[in-house]
Amino acid sequence: MIDAETQEIFRQETEALIESLQDALLELNKTPDDAELVTQVFRDLHTLKGTGAMFGYARLAEFIHDFEAAFEAVRSGNATVTPELVEVSLKAYDLIVALLDGEDPPADRDAELKAALTAVTKGEAAAVTQSDAPAEAAHVEGEVEGWKLIFKLPPDFMEIGGNPIAMLDELIEIGGEGTVVEALTDKLPALADLKPSEMHTGWQVTLPAEASESDIRDVFMFHEDQMELSLEPILADQPAGGEITPATPTETKTSTDQQQASQAAKKPGTAKVQMRVSAERLDDIMDRVGELVIAEARLSDLAAKLENPDLMEVVENIQRLALGLRDTTMAIRLTPMSSITGRFQRLAHDLAGKTGKDFDFVIEGETTELDKTVIEKLSDPLVHILRNAVDHGLENSETRIAAGKAERGTVTLSARYSGADVLISVKDDGKGLDPDFIRQRAVERGLIAENTILTRSETFALLMEPGFSTAEQITDLSGRGVGTDVVKSTVEALRGSVEIESELGAGSTFTLRLPLTLAIIEGLLMQVGDERFTIPLAAVGGILEQPDDLRKGSEPTTVIELREKLVSIMRLREVFGCSGPVNEHPKVVLVETGDTQVGLAVDRIIGSYQTVIKQLSPIHSRLNVFSGATILGDGDVALIIDVAQLVRSQGLGNLDKEQAA
Amino acid sequence: MSKDILIIDDSPSVRRMVAMTLQQEGFEVTQCEDGAQGLETAKAKRFDMVITDQNMPNMTGIEFIQAYRSDPSSSGVPIIFLSTESEGNLKDQARSAGALGWIMKPFEQAKLLAVVNKVVG
Repeated sequence: MIDAETQEIFRQETEALIESLQDALLELNKTPDDAELVTQVFRDLHTLKGTGAMFGYARLAEFIHDFEAAFEAVRSGNATVTPELVEVSLKAYDLIVALLDGEDPPADRDAELKAALTAVTKGEAAAVTQSDAPAEAAHVEGEVEGWKLIFKLPPDFMEIGGNPIAMLDELIEIGGEGTVVEALTDKLPALADLKPSEMHTGWQVTLPAEASESDIRDVFMFHEDQMELSLEPILADQPAGGEITPATPTETKTSTDQQQASQAAKKPGTAKVQMRVSAERLDDIMDRVGELVIAEARLSDLAAKLENPDLMEVVENIQRLALGLRDTTMAIRLTPMSSITGRFQRLAHDLAGKTGKDFDFVIEGETTELDKTVIEKLSDPLVHILRNAVDHGLENSETRIAAGKAERGTVTLSARYSGADVLISVKDDGKGLDPDFIRQRAVERGLIAENTILTRSETFALLMEPGFSTAEQITDLSGRGVGTDVVKSTVEALRGSVEIESELGAGSTFTLRLPLTLAIIEGLLMQVGDERFTIPLAAVGGILEQPDDLRKGSEPTTVIELREKLVSIMRLREVFGCSGPVNEHPKVVLVETGDTQVGLAVDRIIGSYQTVIKQLSPIHSRLNVFSGATILGDGDVALIIDVAQLVRSQGLGNLDKEQAA
Repeated sequence: MSKDILIIDDSPSVRRMVAMTLQQEGFEVTQCEDGAQGLETAKAKRFDMVITDQNMPNMTGIEFIQAYRSDPSSSGVPIIFLSTESEGNLKDQARSAGALGWIMKPFEQAKLLAVVNKVVG
């Protein structure tokens, strides 16, 4: 933390700088050719960027970096000062002032102004800032089995205060148990010539594959230029020519398949060539595969009507190929969690610094793979949850010791498969959530009535209601009580859900449940009157034939007893107001959602169906009990039921769970 | 035993921030506002680490390092050199003069702590 007095010194310094910046910009409007003024603007921006970054204004520093580039272009003669440039610069200046004042202008404002700056300097500024974007090119790499590191430190290393033993300790910490250290003494001078303060020993260190190259190189921070250093991956034997395979060339059906696949990929001796493909192309392929699956369904439908055995044989063949193509395509889109965990390591590090709370950050299941779109959208919600865990969850060490806990807290980010879903959780061993307090706060905020009966998990879910914040004090880390509701809406937009578990005094766990993939799901197609509906097969727990006590009555919801448990049943005909012939022998589809089991009464089960999810139009987007629609083989549309939303809309919960929170 | 760190920088806000950051981590920090004062302080007492800015009036950071290293008692004391990106080529000079490492301005508190902990931790 930076204390108030330092902040004040900083405020005074920046106030002078922005004043000078504004004056120079306004002067430039009158005398656009004044090189001195351009330099003045550039220098002011540079200093603002520098001190801003040191005082934690990362967004400011990033924005000024691009702003600066525009004036760098002018300085180097690649652009000229125009009234337009001054105009945009003044707007950019306003953004700087807003950011320094601690306001939070809309995020797209930065990009908008950067684009405008680039436009008025005719693109030269953009060239400066975008030069380090990674080129999209074929990328070939072999399977890494480990690292071979050979290094020899500069002779004066110890004289200037370096500590070689600490370096070796650090390497062993990075590599863990599999690390082998050998001293290389071939360069040692004869005893008579040996100066004890000089460094002549070299080392060879073998590290396991899990060690990250950047961590290893970080050990030699500052010294790489002055020392002998070679770091090479130990590669498995690579077959000549290589074989082009997708990252996970296996089916995505079950968790065991998944894990075996990634283990197989890690086995030594299975070197692979990998290719980078642009995300748009993958989306394009996924769209086409979706269309193919729909067309294939229509073809099967037609063939079944024609009853031509030759045609059926071809159709079955096409069906098999289409499904194989679908699985492969979905597998290509899967990206391991490790692609985003790096930034969480960093965040954890920064949070520890900012909050002064000492904690271990553990990441589990980094190889768990998720659809790339899901992974990208998860980053922000996870950052939010992680911040909350550290800021509000973990106690400081004195409180922990007083409570008889380990001095250092632990925050665990883990990812694992669960059926067709992936569970990502952030767990802390902090102070936990107090359900009574949450309840009381929710009543105060008018989110629930005084007498509302809630289960424990429903009570915790109140945390994610818009406008709810239990933070006793607003801190700079977790903002002002906005955000947790955004976590919920982001996850729900991905057809996922958020569950919160907590034990007062022992810690909390936020679990995001997400579908493996977004585009095609295995669905169960059901008939209700004249309508057809589909639900994700993964949510189906079982199907009941003709339950006796269901035929009486026609309320939308009822309750039956099933294996000594009470289960709520929704009659979809009544819930959705469907017309058409009634089946005298209705079926009940049991579905699981969260910790609730409910039944859907339908007329007929048609069977499992490759459901290509199509988004509903914006007009229908408020119908949240449907997560989308799919086109059936005969060209009709079936709506996809979002079971969790349906249960909520009917006000049903788990009847067997204890009611009070 | 807490480690003693000497910070030499003419900018009060930077010096103060470095000092605050390190003190919060339990380091003892001594502040000097120029190289001459720094030399005097560093010769009177052995520090566990010295951090010096480059751009200072009268004596630059590199000049300070050269002067300090000319005294054999400075052997084994790590020096971290602060400079800005545009002075990138100076880090080699600082290294030859006897600096162990450097930090580019602007830096965040976390970066400073990471370097300090690495060097004296």
